[in-house]
Amino acid sequence: MLRKTFAVVLAAWFMGPAASLVGAQEVAVKLNSTADHTKFKELQQTFKSGPEVTKACLSCHTEAARQVHRTKHWTWEFMNPENKQKLGKKNVLNNFCISVESNYAGCTACHVGYGWKDANFDFTKEETVDCLVCHDTTGLYQKPPGLAGNPVVGAPLELPPGSGKFIKPVDLTKVAQKVGKTSRDTCGACHFRGGGGDGVKHGDMDTSLAAPDAEVDIHMDAAGLDFSCGTCHKASSHDVPGSRYTPTAQDKGGAHIRGKEKQGNPATCVACHSNAPHKEADTKQAARLNHHANKVACQTCHIPSFARGGVPTKMSWDWSTAGKLDKDGKQFTIKDDHGHAIYASHKGDFVLGQNVKPQYRWFNGEVTYTLMGDKIEKVEGGPVGINRINGSPGDGKSMIWPFKIMHGKQPYDPEYKNLVKPHTAGNDDTGYWKNLNWEKAIAAGMKDTGLPFSGKVDFIETEMYWPITHMVAPKDKALGCVECHTKGGRLEGIEGVYLPGRDANPFIDKAGWTLALLTLLGVLGHGVLRIFTARKH
Amino acid sequence: MTERIYIFKKFERFWHWSQAGLIIFLMLTGFEIHGAYSNFGFEKAVGYHTIAAWSLVGLWVFAIFWHLTTGEWRQYIPTTEKVVAMIQYYLLGIFKNSPHPFRQTQLRKHNPLQRLAYLGVLLFISPLIWVTGWLYLFYDQWAAWGLGNLDLSLVATGHVIGAFLMLLFLIAHIYLITAGATLTSHLKAMITGWEEVH
Repeated sequence: MLRKTFAVVLAAWFMGPAASLVGAQEVAVKLNSTADHTKFKELQQTFKSGPEVTKACLSCHTEAARQVHRTKHWTWEFMNPENKQKLGKKNVLNNFCISVESNYAGCTACHVGYGWKDANFDFTKEETVDCLVCHDTTGLYQKPPGLAGNPVVGAPLELPPGSGKFIKPVDLTKVAQKVGKTSRDTCGACHFRGGGGDGVKHGDMDTSLAAPDAEVDIHMDAAGLDFSCGTCHKASSHDVPGSRYTPTAQDKGGAHIRGKEKQGNPATCVACHSNAPHKEADTKQAARLNHHANKVACQTCHIPSFARGGVPTKMSWDWSTAGKLDKDGKQFTIKDDHGHAIYASHKGDFVLGQNVKPQYRWFNGEVTYTLMGDKIEKVEGGPVGINRINGSPGDGKSMIWPFKIMHGKQPYDPEYKNLVKPHTAGNDDTGYWKNLNWEKAIAAGMKDTGLPFSGKVDFIETEMYWPITHMVAPKDKALGCVECHTKGGRLEGIEGVYLPGRDANPFIDKAGWTLALLTLLGVLGHGVLRIFTARKH
Repeated sequence: MTERIYIFKKFERFWHWSQAGLIIFLMLTGFEIHGAYSNFGFEKAVGYHTIAAWSLVGLWVFAIFWHLTTGEWRQYIPTTEKVVAMIQYYLLGIFKNSPHPFRQTQLRKHNPLQRLAYLGVLLFISPLIWVTGWLYLFYDQWAAWGLGNLDLSLVATGHVIGAFLMLLFLIAHIYLITAGATLTSHLKAMITGWEEVH
């Protein structure tokens, strides 16, 4: 308290007479919260575990846990209302670390709960909701993989056991007393590291967004607009809008207005910028660009490339090459010139990318997943879609969207013809990352799914679509016309639209140039003949 | 003995050369927009093409007014008289040094083939280019005009056909400049107004 008063006095002294008018009173400080959590008796205690903190939170925020219970962040389940597919992290698989199932203790470091270590986790308990992971403002709160979503409390913990690496315990009291709004750091703790590491999964989200400059993200620019994730993903009752299972591909709803009922997804560009975002004052081409916006998603022009912040993203992952050992019989890693792993014994080969040009597709927001038990076939030149996007130029719902297409080669069961969920993480006899034995790892993983496993393992090529929507560039860095209006440009292969500069009627072009050439040859021949005959006369 | 007659008036010469410049520029920018080659870059090419197109519209307003008020529009009334003779001249006579079958006067500046060619440009190529060009230019207004179902590829292809026809015309036209009484007599006429006739 003394120090604060001193600071205010000092500030007043420096700022001169205007500030002195309010004097050295604390009203000079504009707080953005009505509550100072350090003053709450409930939080003035030594917490021995996460759930103890949650109980203290719930003594005032009585309904908070039950709100969280309703969200994907808690259930890791999502029923797609369009095609009735049961999705969510708990059910889907991908072509990164493949699957959560059988690897709970590792993966649930990113669950907004405590103690999800196996399939028997009780989703009805309120005190196992983790308030701190989203509401921490200190940056001290961490949940290391392997602890089923628990932080290290009390004494330092050696992790993995026997590694000699110790993780410092978290001062839960301090963290609890400093809770506040979510931030780029809290959301980013998991979402920047999707796929198991910085920038691995999304391509448009990585730690460069923790404090980006305008070039990386015009909205999050730490020295500019300084948006947090929640500025767009405006949560209500702990439910955070925005989804990759049912994305809003086309938003015709215009800018959101306070008080209007039935407003759609607040995280779309249109929700703030409206359906006619280009203004005459900014560009001569406003009308033409707004017309483009009927068919072209904002992201297509305004995110010229992803992984722009200096953090590479994985573009492909080949599990089939995993399992090699060095001459001492140990696992090894090969790194590229920047120190990023491009091979690891326990994971296989990676291709990384930075400043990657997206690929473009018609997209209407409908996504279908290949789920466990779906029959798949190995076909030449056609990877299996881990997810498949729908869209066409004529359905009235599709826009041209940018994507990161993640390529994978991952284990599958050649006899039952389905993708498999291997048990990867875990300090046990079957975890692949430790034992490098696919048969054991898959047998253990499949036991958790309840589906049969033939015992045979093969690898199959897969691809997965990730719509690109973050890392919006400043407007002067938006794509120029010629990026698409040219032969072999970014939208090569996008059907259903006539793009001047890219498209032509091949017959007319051929006929036109041929006739022009013939005419030229004709007049030249005529001329030569005239010169020749003129000499004779 | 060389005889000179005054064929092209001042405005006519101004119209011709500014139109020639604009059309050549429109072709250069137009074929760039079409993706045939690259010079200004698509965005600038579109901008310049648009400016040149509106300039040509302005020029035409004056030209049409001039033609109507001076009665010069009559120069383009087609005739079949001496058409065959002209064709024979270009195919054969010109090589034998035969006399030009057509004699220019102030009332008949253009030979019968010219009349037909210019009328063709006026009645077919120009309308095709103008109609498709305007639609192209106001592409973003189609829905508001009730033309939402119009297909851009049709309009664009029509515009490209017009451009190719204009290119064919231009090649032939430039060559035929040399087919006057002397190699340069037509050119001189369009510069000074005075045509040398034998």
